[in-house]
Amino acid sequence: MRFIEPHAHMVSRTTDDYQALVTSGCEAVCEPAFWAGFDRRSAEGFYDYFCQLTEHEPKRAAKFGLPHFCWICLNPKESENLRLATEVMALIPQFLDRPNVLGIGEIGLNKNSRNELRVFEQQVDLAAKYDQLILVHTPHLEDKLKGTRLIVNALKADRRIKPERVIIDHVEEHTIELALDAGFWAGMTLYPDSKCSPARAVDMIENYGAERLWMNSACDWGVSTPLAVPRAGLEMRRRGHSAEAVDKMLRGNARQFLSQSPKFKLAGD
Amino acid sequence: MKRQQVLDLYFVEARAKLLDVAAFLDRADRAEGKDDFRLKAFRQALGQLRAGGADRARRVLVKLSDRTTQPVKAAGDKSACGAPPPK
Repeated sequence: MRFIEPHAHMVSRTTDDYQALVTSGCEAVCEPAFWAGFDRRSAEGFYDYFCQLTEHEPKRAAKFGLPHFCWICLNPKESENLRLATEVMALIPQFLDRPNVLGIGEIGLNKNSRNELRVFEQQVDLAAKYDQLILVHTPHLEDKLKGTRLIVNALKADRRIKPERVIIDHVEEHTIELALDAGFWAGMTLYPDSKCSPARAVDMIENYGAERLWMNSACDWGVSTPLAVPRAGLEMRRRGHSAEAVDKMLRGNARQFLSQSPKFKLAGD
Repeated sequence: MKRQQVLDLYFVEARAKLLDVAAFLDRADRAEGKDDFRLKAFRQALGQLRAGGADRARRVLVKLSDRTTQPVKAAGDKSACGAPPPK
């Protein structure tokens, strides 16, 4: 089974995970900027992190023959402090031209606060000004429905934003239609205890179709599974989905969306 | 898939998860103290499992969601707890 891992936080993972991904058929990994599990105290901390994503981690991935791409942004969990947010957002443009940067992400909301929404809108503005793809994080658990509505409304209110260049990630059964009906892409995140199981993800494919939809592991420093995407492919096979349908969901769709950035290339492209 | 295939593939797995939910409720009942907002929301969401229709997962998620529409004043705690806390 060949696949693209379109959302993985590899700075938090081990070399064993890189080996497991590559030996399982992974052809590329994409890493959105995210919360480190603790709040950084200064913009310099973010500068170093953006350097890690654009300089160090691609080299680590290359040792396993795996192309590494990333997204740059200020994540929503650290958006409450507006002074820090302004300083970090000022750093972002200088990283957007780097060869493995695909766009702005994962921006979004966490607790659906006024400041989070303001910083989200400012980063959407940044994406529009620099003609960048957008990857959106939607909140967890009880906050997801409200947050997804606020996010979709904010994106629709900005006429410069082309929905086909935005992916709204971590959708579940109560939010997938909000994203797809507005013309956005939707990402299903496969987690052991929250977000979505492989069986529920395949249910959503069967209920909503396989267009503008991808699956990811979002593996990070928490309980998560780097091989969740191929395991969801196995779930599709168990139900009798064709090899072509599995390939489309595990590789084709992510490739279609990500190729909107001219920097996204697979080996042989 | 035919219903028989769904049952053959998923019945034992779903049975195990049903028992986990039953055991969780037994554990909570056995423990001293009162239900909090999470357990109350959980018990309400369970009602969706017995209702008809083919969108139980969506309805359970909505039951366990904050259904207000305005942004909150400040983020406060970063983590979510699985059910909307009382305001």
